[in-house]
Amino acid sequence: MSDISIQDTQYEANMGDYFALLKPRVMSLVVFTALVGLLVAPMPVHPFIGFVGILCIAVGAGASGALNMWWDADIDARMKRTAGRPVPSGRVAAGEALGIGLGLSGFAIVLLALATNFLAAFLLAFTIFFYAVVYSMWLKRATPQNIVIGGAAGAFPPMIGWAVATGGVSIESVLMFALIFMWTPPHFWALALFVKSDYGNAGVPMLTETHGRDATRKHVIIYTLLLVPVALGLGLTSIGGPVYMAVAVVMNGWFLKGAYDIYRRDDAACEADKHAVEISVFKVSLYYLFAHFGALLIEAALRQYGLGGW
Amino acid sequence: MAIKVEHEMHERRRGRNMGVGLLLIGFIGIIFGLTVVKVLQLGDAAQFEKFDHVARPQIVPEGGNN
Repeated sequence: MSDISIQDTQYEANMGDYFALLKPRVMSLVVFTALVGLLVAPMPVHPFIGFVGILCIAVGAGASGALNMWWDADIDARMKRTAGRPVPSGRVAAGEALGIGLGLSGFAIVLLALATNFLAAFLLAFTIFFYAVVYSMWLKRATPQNIVIGGAAGAFPPMIGWAVATGGVSIESVLMFALIFMWTPPHFWALALFVKSDYGNAGVPMLTETHGRDATRKHVIIYTLLLVPVALGLGLTSIGGPVYMAVAVVMNGWFLKGAYDIYRRDDAACEADKHAVEISVFKVSLYYLFAHFGALLIEAALRQYGLGGW
Repeated sequence: MAIKVEHEMHERRRGRNMGVGLLLIGFIGIIFGLTVVKVLQLGDAAQFEKFDHVARPQIVPEGGNN
């Protein structure tokens, strides 16, 4: 037959493969934090404009995920956890991932600028740049601190949500950013302590491998200590209140105790109970972020009825 | 080789084509919805004329510059 028969034998990517390029699980966290940033802001936003704003932030985050998969296809192919991603598994061509990443980035930024304001669009553009270029291209393969600085990319969404509503940046949005920024390293390193990773094979420097597990434990406790004042400080701003403060005190105490438990252990203890403490602290860190942003939402809801706040 | 109107590829790509179609319809819906919301937010739909690219003397309020 003709050329077409050659094409017939190739795998044809379906919608799900393209959707997987956008890292849907990361996107769900982005949507949640951006939505909180938008809803706690003092200015009301028309629901449809708010919806389009969140959609643009989600698509922008997805686009940066696609750019990351394009750039990191060589690393992903060498690690078990990521070898099944669309590009290393051959379901989507690398060039397609690049095209989709760039196309969706432009779409999301322009639509956000037209639907809301230029500051929000600029912050979204900067977030995509930060994740795709600063984190993926510059830091990830160069330094074990990649998690620390790269975490900024994940911390921007509530700040963009706030900018969608207010058109500005303020102490509240900076502290929401700082909360996620400071939370990312201990959250990730708790994971790194119990997951058998093959980052070493892929040539990605990880703190557990470059500086050892003891140094990682020290880093977890130090970053958790630095996180506490940020979380409590956010409670003193106009979006905080007694409910948030109560949640923050409990969650910070819980997280801090977990970090201290990790700090006191050695490898023998970890092996003995199969990393039970590290696994539980990792779970606590997930509850921690959800509880803080959930409490901010509760404060915002209470304010509607003249309650909450200071 | 017989040229078929329905190639096997059409069947194979059906899911993908439907997906792209739905995305385009969604996009149209978003732009339409945004337009409705933005025009209604002007308060007076006649204000929409101000977005024209040329000066429109007839929309300058009475008693304004002649």
